[in-house]
Amino acid sequence: MTVLKSSISTRAPEFRENRAAMQSLVETLRGQVDEVRQGGGERPRKRHLDRGKLLPRERVRTLLDPGAPFLELSQLAAFGMYGGDIASAGLITGIGRISGRECMIVANDATVKGGTYYPMTVKKHLRAQEIAEQNHLPCIYLVDSGGANLPNQDEVFPDRDHFGRIFYNQANMSSKGIAQIAVVMGSCTAGGAYVPAMADESIIVRNQGTIFLAGPPLVKAAVGEIVTAEDLGGADVHSRTSGVTDHMAQNDAQALGMARRIVGNLNRVKRHDLVVEEPREPLYDPAEIYGIVPQDLRKPYDVREVIARLVDSSAFDEFKALYGTSLICGFARIHGYPVGIIANNGILFSESALKGAHFVELCCQRGIPLVFLQNINGFMVGQKYEAGGIAKDGAKMVTAVACAKVPKFTAVIGGSFGAGNYGMCGRAYSPRLLWMWPNARISVMGGEQAAGVLATVRRDNIEARGESWSVEDEAAFKQPILDQFEHQAHPTYASARLWDDGIIDPLDTRMALGLGISAALNAPIEPTSFGVFRM
Amino acid sequence: MFDKILIANRGEIACRVIETARRMGVATVAVYSDADRDALHVACADEACHIGPAPATESYLLGAKIIEAARRTGAQAVHPGYGFLSENAEFADACADAGLTFIGPPADAIRAMGSKSEAKALMERASVPLVPGYHGADQDPALLASEAEKIGYPVLIKASAGGGGKGMRIVRSATEFPASLDSAKREAASSFGDERVLVEKYLTAPRHIEVQVFADSLGNAVYLFERDCSVQRRHQKVIEEAPAPGMTEARRAEMGEAAVAAAQAIGYQGAGTVEFIAEGEDFYFMEMNTRLQVEHPVTEMITGQDLVEWQLRVASGEALPLSQSELTISGHAFEVRLYAEDPQRDFLPATGRLLHFETPPQTRHLRLDSGVRTGDSVTVFYDPMIAKLIVWDRDRASALARLRAALAGTYIVGVTTNTAFLAAVAAHPAFAEGGVDTGFIERYAEDLLPAPEAVDDDCLALAALAEMSAVRREAAQDALRSGDGGSPWFRTDGWRLNGETRRHLLFQEGEQEFVLDIGYAPGGGLEAVMPGGAVMSLRGDWQENRHLRANLDGRVVSARVLRHAQDFTVLHAGRNHLLHLLDPRNPDLAGEDEGGQLTAPMSGKIVAVRVEPGEAVAQGQVLVVLEAMKMEHSITAAQDAVVSRVFFAAGDLVEEGAELLSLETADD
Repeated sequence: MTVLKSSISTRAPEFRENRAAMQSLVETLRGQVDEVRQGGGERPRKRHLDRGKLLPRERVRTLLDPGAPFLELSQLAAFGMYGGDIASAGLITGIGRISGRECMIVANDATVKGGTYYPMTVKKHLRAQEIAEQNHLPCIYLVDSGGANLPNQDEVFPDRDHFGRIFYNQANMSSKGIAQIAVVMGSCTAGGAYVPAMADESIIVRNQGTIFLAGPPLVKAAVGEIVTAEDLGGADVHSRTSGVTDHMAQNDAQALGMARRIVGNLNRVKRHDLVVEEPREPLYDPAEIYGIVPQDLRKPYDVREVIARLVDSSAFDEFKALYGTSLICGFARIHGYPVGIIANNGILFSESALKGAHFVELCCQRGIPLVFLQNINGFMVGQKYEAGGIAKDGAKMVTAVACAKVPKFTAVIGGSFGAGNYGMCGRAYSPRLLWMWPNARISVMGGEQAAGVLATVRRDNIEARGESWSVEDEAAFKQPILDQFEHQAHPTYASARLWDDGIIDPLDTRMALGLGISAALNAPIEPTSFGVFRM
Repeated sequence: MFDKILIANRGEIACRVIETARRMGVATVAVYSDADRDALHVACADEACHIGPAPATESYLLGAKIIEAARRTGAQAVHPGYGFLSENAEFADACADAGLTFIGPPADAIRAMGSKSEAKALMERASVPLVPGYHGADQDPALLASEAEKIGYPVLIKASAGGGGKGMRIVRSATEFPASLDSAKREAASSFGDERVLVEKYLTAPRHIEVQVFADSLGNAVYLFERDCSVQRRHQKVIEEAPAPGMTEARRAEMGEAAVAAAQAIGYQGAGTVEFIAEGEDFYFMEMNTRLQVEHPVTEMITGQDLVEWQLRVASGEALPLSQSELTISGHAFEVRLYAEDPQRDFLPATGRLLHFETPPQTRHLRLDSGVRTGDSVTVFYDPMIAKLIVWDRDRASALARLRAALAGTYIVGVTTNTAFLAAVAAHPAFAEGGVDTGFIERYAEDLLPAPEAVDDDCLALAALAEMSAVRREAAQDALRSGDGGSPWFRTDGWRLNGETRRHLLFQEGEQEFVLDIGYAPGGGLEAVMPGGAVMSLRGDWQENRHLRANLDGRVVSARVLRHAQDFTVLHAGRNHLLHLLDPRNPDLAGEDEGGQLTAPMSGKIVAVRVEPGEAVAQGQVLVVLEAMKMEHSITAAQDAVVSRVFFAAGDLVEEGAELLSLETADD
């Protein structure tokens, strides 16, 4: 393979400024993540511990194989929403290794509002299940939740992608042989009761876990019975009498040990058709990415410098290097796995879009996973390009990406604006995983352009009435639009709303991709059948 | 010489006899019980015969079965080893009746030495020195006092009919004698209904010195010098050495000749040991062992002779290989007996599987007589001796240095052993000086059985590194099995997105617990917060042969860390710790609020079950009595409870850890 030649200077002032800027963004990210790791704060944590329960992150760690990686999803879900204190949307999700195989872990955090489901909690839960289903990952639900968050019931209960979908997914994954395992470590009330009940195998912790359709207060109100929670739906009831649970544990740690044992008995191996090589680190220091990526999204740079710091041995075999040069396509390896990389190196023209569609076809033909490095302001506009059919060429690339059945992964490493988002496998195109770098921005168009468009429309109206509009007034008109776009395009805004699977340090990109690709190999790669390409 | 012999024994002595026989071109037949089907002595022998169930009374002690095995296999002679049937005159007779040669003394000689009082009378006639004393019928106090004077103070007054220390008085001077005599007589009369007493010399600091003798069927007899076995614990020899420290040529000859006279007095043939107690310049006959002794290798080391070869030659009618004048002493030898026992629990015998058994390699300076290998079990059925380490060098100091080194290089995992205790004895200054008496261990018990040293940070750090290395290896194996071998999922460095993770290791040693809070450092290292709060930077991995090469805060050390499941044996800087890594995830661990479960502390036989299901029991009440290694152990209730089930009955054999009965406590 061809080893990429890097031509950056780590001594250049620009490099240093870029590096400092990215470092500060990553530090801010870490600070935000550290904050949400504390869950509901000190008092609920203490109350949780005093009951003899393990904290949710401790549960996850105990469930995992010692020292195994944990690819956490949507750490900043619900960040800044609902008054700002619903850490990680009260739910920890992620992929981890349990008894030697990758599993999806979905763990309620009861220290956050009793683990109740806010709209983003539901969305995060469903997204974890979607990832599990796409990648055939056994699901382990560590249940400790009071159920739907009642004040938000209209946004968590009735719709298709609301609470009920959790159980729909459980049933359908189970039917596909994707194990569904529930560990009841706290409340599991009403609809929540179906998590263990719908599971293939379920465990309950004695004197901690309870499962009932209606809790003691509702039972008293409805049928006048006075009964304790333990007698109504405790471990003894469900393990000895009702059969809702299959195993009874004495404490959290033991319950997690039982779950590990269940996974150990699943009897599944990965079968894949990839030619995998020995993993090799990149030749260039990935830390240099910090200095390579400009602070200003509008500033062009060669994305090959980033690729050289992500792929094995910095080796990259480029496809159509001389054609449609604003899109870089080529073959490389990440952690030994073959990948096809598609990366933006400027605005998309017809040629770049055709090249991209061609390359996606190649990867689908060969069963090679796709990695999109997204940094796109959109497709080229203007009379010449419209006449040249850029819309139908862009459509070819979008069709190819939409239909591609090989595992797709997207990292938004810069801008994600307009139709470029579609062609570069944005959220709507179902990449297996999608991450944003902390410097990234996402919106239908740039704030400048949006403000400009709106200002132009307004000026036309004003001037049509024969009035005039001062430059000052125009600036004052544009500022809130600019502010709104900057706010809503920010990765934390995006991540809070589950538009991505998390914001990642650029240095973690290689590892996250390696873990994601490896996890994807649990599911067979289906053959792709493309839609009609408009010629 | 015989063509084929049968060894009516097991363990190290059977292996040792087979080795000599093989060297001499004599075929060997082993016998084995159910428990020894895969034992080393069976594997070493040319042929082997099954002789019955595990208990010795149903196998190794059944002469008829052994003779039948010899007949079936065409063995011409039977070597009895030591213990079992080695000093059984009836078995010797039965062998003769079956036309087999018993490789040992004539049956009459065994009988003659079998009775202690008869043996003493015989020895007196043969002018072998006995402990001076008066055993006469005349009980006149004045006569007794004058006999005491003749014997020389201090003396011991003992009830003639007595035992167990009743009616026994130590008298240090003539003035004390009358009063002591009166009280001894009174106590004798009340305890035994017989006020007669005897008076014997009291030895204040006796040494145990024994002489190896050998006699052939042609009337020749020699002595192969002495062994000093004074280091004893409750009459069990701990360390033996030859020659005896401080022995003069004249005294050696005197004792040797007395021993030969003793052997000749009973028409002895073959290998025998005459045991003396010695004090100062005096020595007195104690008893004669009519077999090959456990400690015979020290004699072999200093004389360069193979005593089993001598036994075979003499038994087949040959003359002794050497005459007295041809026998010489060269250098000094020690033997230690490695036992499966727990010195910290009053030497309670231990059982279990030898997960790891390793000694330094054998050389001309170091000999290992062992009947077991790694993977074998030490069971309740037989003597818990694992092996004997024998060292030799040209003088005592050098040999002792070798003994210490050999013990330091001995690693036994899976079964509690006396290795550390032996090392403490070998390192004791009084022992190094030489010539200790039989009170040595009791006198220095505090030095020899120190309270176990607390685990230090280095040992914990080594255990932690061992665990983390093991995790790495297991993940690598899982990776190979997964079908996705290079997957980053099998990394074990605790990778997290936008953060770090840690791991807490909870080690237990006995009642003590140690928590290590471990962080993952870049490049595979660890940052550990130790129980005392110190932070250590750790790095390292196992080398070949289970040495853990570690870097602890910049110090490079090489230690032995042996891991078996959750147990880590750390041997480092003279310390030996067994650390159990608690995995709270283990679903098999009983919960805290489960009813009481009571398990056998060691493998053994149920002697009595004192309770019935449904019975209410009080805290401390004896529930079950277990016999193991000839000692009884009571299983008691930890709290007031009701017996819910009893799983065994008297006579049942139970494994260590077996649940014996279950209790229900009130709050259940």
